[in-house]
Amino acid sequence: MSGITPSQTVGPYFAYALTPTRYALHEIFSTDLTGPGVEGTKITLTGQVFDGDGVGIADAMVEIWQADSKGSLEHSTLGSGKANSGFKGFGRAESAANGGYTFTTVKPGRVDGADGKPQAPHLGVTIFARGMLTHLFTRIYFEDEASNADDQILNLVPADRRHTLIARKVGDNAYHLDIRIQGGDETVFFHA
Amino acid sequence: MTLIYPRESFFEAHPKHDSPTYRSTAKRHPKQPLIILPHTKTELSGPVYGHEVISEFDNDLTRQHAGEPQGERIIVQGRVLDEDGRPVPNTLVEVWQANAAGRYVHVVDDHPAPLDPNFSGAGRIVTDENGRYRFTSIKPGPYPWRNHHNAWRPAHIHFSLFGHSFLSRLVTQMYFEGDPLFPYDPIFNEIPEGARDRLISKFDLDVTEPEWALGYTFDIVLRGRNATPMEK
Repeated sequence: MSGITPSQTVGPYFAYALTPTRYALHEIFSTDLTGPGVEGTKITLTGQVFDGDGVGIADAMVEIWQADSKGSLEHSTLGSGKANSGFKGFGRAESAANGGYTFTTVKPGRVDGADGKPQAPHLGVTIFARGMLTHLFTRIYFEDEASNADDQILNLVPADRRHTLIARKVGDNAYHLDIRIQGGDETVFFHA
Repeated sequence: MTLIYPRESFFEAHPKHDSPTYRSTAKRHPKQPLIILPHTKTELSGPVYGHEVISEFDNDLTRQHAGEPQGERIIVQGRVLDEDGRPVPNTLVEVWQANAAGRYVHVVDDHPAPLDPNFSGAGRIVTDENGRYRFTSIKPGPYPWRNHHNAWRPAHIHFSLFGHSFLSRLVTQMYFEGDPLFPYDPIFNEIPEGARDRLISKFDLDVTEPEWALGYTFDIVLRGRNATPMEK
């Protein structure tokens, strides 16, 4: 059997195809995962993506993937693909000139972990950019969740780096987390 | 369907995050070691996007404007497979590329080559029940970049795929057989040597349409295999 197809960088010119907000192509993904009737607590998530010099990355693409507010993945490839008033669980953002990103979604519920115990609410995150030959995996957790203390994945991360995965609460149902690709306070990335 | 995702496959095929020859990686790779992530349902599942997101002419980049684009008309087709060689059906494939002159419509592309008013260079296809995809386009031109003196990218088409899960997500580039720029391109050469050929599409006379367009075949293998070996 031949091996898997290698990754290559998304390059600097993806936006007109993958995040075409500013172009004529119709957009199929959004930074807003909520639609009419979606159940759960609506939240906004903001942050900036920084390079090793602390400069915001203007040509990054951030994708999030998550369970619905009840921790169900019925909307996914493991379920029927349809559930919860059209909730898709997937969002995609092109970073702004300062590296900024914003998502509107619902707070995910708890999904079972590899050890069979429920994980703390979290988002799966992938980062793509010019200068990244293979995309990076990380996660976003939420500061106001007591279950973070028992989360299997968070507990694999050295205690002094866990905060790089936990979004701060900055307002009512508003969270913020910067993603630092390299250097001081570097975000924890995973080999998935 | 729940598959397993051996990490060996990933290391064997994908370029490292830090590349000494591709300069832009210098400040855009983590210096801390990556932490091995046990695969939970979050990773083993993925989004579902099917035929409902496809519009007319998404699979024909030569028919998205009033007139026809300049350049060599091509047909690109192939199969999307998992690591067991089984088709990945109903999965979204997004493609984008430069025009025949090597120019992207993207606002930051300042290469002094002409834009083509009849070519945007973006398309989408959903694989059929046999994992097949097919689209019509024009052959993209090579273009210069500033990585090093006299740096040119080999002609390529960008691909983005989802597959069965968040772990099978792939963004890559398809190249064309016989491109003289391969030995000089750091992005291509940062792929482990044994895996580079997997990104080179093959000219295919059976796909070529008489009096119309050259055909190229490009199969894509995504991460994921059955937990138990298939019966013979």
